[in-house]
Amino acid sequence: MMLFGKTRQLEARVDEFFDAVSQGALIFASGVEHFVAGREQAFGADLEAVHEAEERADALRREVENQLYSHSLIPDQRGDVLGLLESSDDVIDEAYSALAHLDVERPRIDASECEDFVELARSGAASVEALVLAARAFFRDVAAVKDHLHKVYFYEKQADRISLRLRRRIFGSDLELAGKLHLAGFVERLARVSDRAESVADRIAIYAIKRSV
Amino acid sequence: MSVFFFLSSGLFLGWSLGANDAANVFGTAVGARMIRFRTAALICGVFVVIGATVGGAGAVGTLGALGAVDAPSSAFLVALAAALTVFWMSRLSLPVSTSQAIVGAIVGWNVFAGEPTDASVLTKIVLTWFACPLLAAVFAVVLYLALRTLFGWLGLHLFHVDLLTRIGLVVVGAFGAYSLGANNIANVMGVFVASVDLPVRQVLGVAVSGAQQLFFLGALAIAIGVATYSRRVMETVGSGLLALNPQAALVAVLANALVLFVFASQGLESWLVGHGLPALPLVPVSSTQAVVGAVIGIGLLRGGYGIRYRLLGEIALGWVLTPVVAGILSWGALFVLGNLFA
Repeated sequence: MMLFGKTRQLEARVDEFFDAVSQGALIFASGVEHFVAGREQAFGADLEAVHEAEERADALRREVENQLYSHSLIPDQRGDVLGLLESSDDVIDEAYSALAHLDVERPRIDASECEDFVELARSGAASVEALVLAARAFFRDVAAVKDHLHKVYFYEKQADRISLRLRRRIFGSDLELAGKLHLAGFVERLARVSDRAESVADRIAIYAIKRSV
Repeated sequence: MSVFFFLSSGLFLGWSLGANDAANVFGTAVGARMIRFRTAALICGVFVVIGATVGGAGAVGTLGALGAVDAPSSAFLVALAAALTVFWMSRLSLPVSTSQAIVGAIVGWNVFAGEPTDASVLTKIVLTWFACPLLAAVFAVVLYLALRTLFGWLGLHLFHVDLLTRIGLVVVGAFGAYSLGANNIANVMGVFVASVDLPVRQVLGVAVSGAQQLFFLGALAIAIGVATYSRRVMETVGSGLLALNPQAALVAVLANALVLFVFASQGLESWLVGHGLPALPLVPVSSTQAVVGAVIGIGLLRGGYGIRYRLLGEIALGWVLTPVVAGILSWGALFVLGNLFA
């Protein structure tokens, strides 16, 4: 019974880790929205919340990794699970990094581009949401992984389209080159969240095939 | 004391069986680091002894029908020929079956002694050599599909599947060790049953027959073989023929255990006969070939990718070589020593 208790506890830790990733992604989108709208206080609170989620995810990942190795659990899939946790952790790190750069560099965003910035962040968050569902399915129901992965790819493509559109508009504007590069850099940073999610999705696709063989 | 000298070749055979064949029961689990070697060796030793002492009589009868070696000195040489064959082929890294070695050695004794070999018994034994891996493959396919469906249906978390697989490997490994003892003790002590007569002893109020005492001694030799020499074989067997995940390993061990059990269980035999069903012959079979059959079955179910077919060729070579070499060695040893003492 003790063994089952420990296993349930470890499962709970993995679930909490993905809760943190998912929560971090949602707050990331909300943070971008607040920044673009100039709501400083709300943006500051979101930045803090994403930072907390990122730290919680780090701690949980380390705890799970520790337990997997010290108790020699899932020897055949330990590498895959660790790879999945670490790459998912990178996604939330990327989201926090984007918000932190916004906070420090304070780019001036034209009113005509605000909506696209928000849409870009939302697409990133949606891709992470779908990714978290795929990752949870990997642990419980491998057959269902595919049902979520295609959504990750869908939102990543959507983010790519928005980012291209934004960069075209930025470089076609009257801004100085430095301003253009500064803004384009932020577009890239925000788009990187969904890019990271896509990379993790590719990993999960392979892990799922390995598990189902 | 002389009894123990004569038994020594059988005990040596038992030791090498433990060293080699315990890997068929726990090798995949230990190789995949699902179970620690110490745990595996302890469970294997205890259950081999129980299986041999409690359920070892069935397969011994068939070997007795093949050829009754009537003197302890002859039994010593027959078992020694089988043991040397196993030892020599293991040194050459060829897959070897103790069951086939002892059958070849008994036939060698029959030829030396001028006793006719019962063709029907020999045919029955040889047919089981073919049936054993085939049956193991069928068991493995059915069990693999059932396990996959069950785990899928239960929707268990990966960590729970891991835990249940670990528990399953211990339980199934214990059953496999019991079946190995019950089935393969015939190889180790079968030739001595007719010639070595030990008095009935009372142990904790239970009468233990001479044959059971022999089985117990043989099983102890197997257990010592497991404890002292099986570690390396166990740690390498997992990746030998086909890389197995822990669930496939569980299925392979269970299929192996079931095959050894159905060819050893007198209880199952009488149940089948009692229900008007055809009974399987009680014959010592090769756990190596059973586990190879099971692994191939799983491999074919997965589409046949990744099976190392060259190893299959070596196994087939072992099938032919083992009984022939053991037969010639047994006949040769009996011939030389017979003439020496004549």
